[in-house]
Amino acid sequence: MTHNKLNLPGEKIDRARELAKNICAPVLDFIDVHTTVTVERATLRLLGVDGVSSVGVPVPNLIVDALSDKLGEGAAIWYSNALLQTGLDQSELDKRIARGFNIASLPMGDRARAQEYATRLAQRQFARIDANRAYREARLEEYRGNSHSPLLYLIVATGNIYEDVKQAQAAALAGADVIAVIRTTAQSLLDYVPFGSTTEGFGGTYATQENFRIMRRALDEVMEREKRYIYQTNYASGLCMPEIAAMGALERLDMMLNDSMYGILFRDINMYRTFVDQRFSRMINAYSGIIINTGEDNYLTTSDGFEKAYTVLASQFLNERFAYAAGLRPWQMGLGHAFEMDPSIENGVLYELAQAQMAREIFPEHPLKYMPPTKHMSGDIFRGLVMDSMFNFVSKATGQDIHLLGMLTEAIHTPFMMDRHIAVESALYVMNGVASIADEIEFKPDGLIVRRAHDVLDRTVNFMEEIGRIGLMESIERAMFADISRSRTGGKGFEGLVEKGENYFNPVESTLTRSLGLA
Amino acid sequence: MAKIIKPYGDAMDDGKVQLSFTLPVPAGSRSMEAARRIALAWGFHEAEVVHMAPMSDEFTFFVVYAATSRGIDWDTVEGDRDDGEKPMSMDEINAFIRARIGRKIVVIGACTGFDAHTVGIDAIMNMKGYNHHYGLERYEMIDAHNLGAQIPNEKLIEYAETHRADAILVSQVVTQKDSHIHNLTEFMELLEAKGERGRFICIAGGPRISNKLAAKIGFDAGFGHGTYAEDVATFIVKKMAQERRT
Repeated sequence: MTHNKLNLPGEKIDRARELAKNICAPVLDFIDVHTTVTVERATLRLLGVDGVSSVGVPVPNLIVDALSDKLGEGAAIWYSNALLQTGLDQSELDKRIARGFNIASLPMGDRARAQEYATRLAQRQFARIDANRAYREARLEEYRGNSHSPLLYLIVATGNIYEDVKQAQAAALAGADVIAVIRTTAQSLLDYVPFGSTTEGFGGTYATQENFRIMRRALDEVMEREKRYIYQTNYASGLCMPEIAAMGALERLDMMLNDSMYGILFRDINMYRTFVDQRFSRMINAYSGIIINTGEDNYLTTSDGFEKAYTVLASQFLNERFAYAAGLRPWQMGLGHAFEMDPSIENGVLYELAQAQMAREIFPEHPLKYMPPTKHMSGDIFRGLVMDSMFNFVSKATGQDIHLLGMLTEAIHTPFMMDRHIAVESALYVMNGVASIADEIEFKPDGLIVRRAHDVLDRTVNFMEEIGRIGLMESIERAMFADISRSRTGGKGFEGLVEKGENYFNPVESTLTRSLGLA
Repeated sequence: MAKIIKPYGDAMDDGKVQLSFTLPVPAGSRSMEAARRIALAWGFHEAEVVHMAPMSDEFTFFVVYAATSRGIDWDTVEGDRDDGEKPMSMDEINAFIRARIGRKIVVIGACTGFDAHTVGIDAIMNMKGYNHHYGLERYEMIDAHNLGAQIPNEKLIEYAETHRADAILVSQVVTQKDSHIHNLTEFMELLEAKGERGRFICIAGGPRISNKLAAKIGFDAGFGHGTYAEDVATFIVKKMAQERRT
């Protein structure tokens, strides 16, 4: 249904993909020979490790901290070794570890036996993920055609999971297809995942496995009633990307925010750490059939939406490349972009149209995630609603797939229930009123929109040529993305990076590698 | 004589206001009446429910037009800052610094605590600025350091010490559960505990920050919605000149 309206030169698009491949290659080589504390903790979670100490330290953290210099061998074998040596079952061992038992103090027995045992534990969790995936696919098939196009995406963020549930159900009943629970602002910098259901958070709610479960149940209720699949979304970002991805897989989340460089640039997380973490988290997302959402919108809240539009496209190419390298399929790559140009720019909406149509044509199979205006939203809610309406129009006119609804009260407060209601109503009005517009409109071959798209693509290729010359990490050091400079060894979480040892063993990774065809 | 002001709809002193709100009841004629009654309970003397929509089984959205007979005396009202005092332009500020201070001034800014929003501090500090108002990085006579978001208060103060800052800008965007107030208070307490309150001009900023609120917490000034880099810079340089911080 998307045909080429912009007449973008295919060889330039091919060149950008080739550059992305070259740019990512050395980073991927680095990733291959490293693990991190959170990759190991995610691995343990996917062996079924669970629980928390009396002071709230999760068992996966206790194990990984205790292993310290043994971590280069992978945590899995030490865990299965402990099960074999003690003869305990998993929940008994986890409880003992929570009370202070150090599994690293046990002698390593027969490695082959321990490996075989760990592999079996992983298979049990993979079976659960397979069942989740099968369930999702069956429901999507059953309710096919009942979702909106684009999918309407709404955020809840009360801090209290039980309050989130009420707001999420109301939002889904009002028409939202996707519900994201924003995390508390502190969470991205925590090097552990909190445990249990939570009722306190700032600007959002803790992502915990129990909170995931509570929200899943609530959204499934609405799904049954509305005969429409409700996608659950959370954030595989920050210092625990792979662990959150593991929890998302186990609790049947459907989408996860997952950007290859967001943590580096916008959360000052160490770049080596992030690159290793994003790969493993994306492999888990890939296996569990989750659609990732990348975070290109953030480039434009920091830099100028008109002048820096090419950085968005460049990031989309890099995110796509890193996604392929983690086994994600194009239908799982929700590449992000945003409607963030200064509203006072003459023809600004046409430039937005050009950018959105360009993304559509360059990434035809990808479920593009389109983000609403935020930076230029003022306290003027009436103007804000008009801006959101133009955004809704552009989204429908360019065939976007995942549409994050703008809030008229953006920049004022976390949305009230009625703000979401107004957002859904106005989106449904606009999108119904112009339902067939993407099929109806063509662009003037030498007009403003076509020229703008060509210009952004040209700049993107030039920008990527430069990154290719100096290298991705060096480019980040030189503030070439989002005007933010990050050093290689700076940022949070660098100490959690570990070189894989000669006898590194990870049954989760090897299963993922094999089943995703990455070997 | 007191000048009493009231909302203006389409005639002087008609007192008309528009309201929209949610009630935790199902939609229906009873809840429509409840919406009207609740507006009357707030003291409006007429109220008309013009729109009602169910948002779920338990919540309903209303738009109501109402009229008030209450007004206030305009002459007794004081603003957050003096409307007559206009900020200087970027060029005027640079010239003022050259003439009155005689050296580049150092301004450090950050969004502190767990607040991850750089949008406020960026609007004031980034080269490009916001809404066609250049940020402090663009000012020739200002050495501006934007540390970004999620900066602990301790770090910000340390950084200001090492870089011999003249002014510190603390941005707070998230206001849920009054986290902005806690954060700003903690910053001020830390600075005072170190005996360094007098060393820096301290400014709070963010969409929900007023001059009054900032002053109450102990800051020299607060800049909220609709203020730009030149407002902040004008305040800093005038205060520096006034206190002879050269």
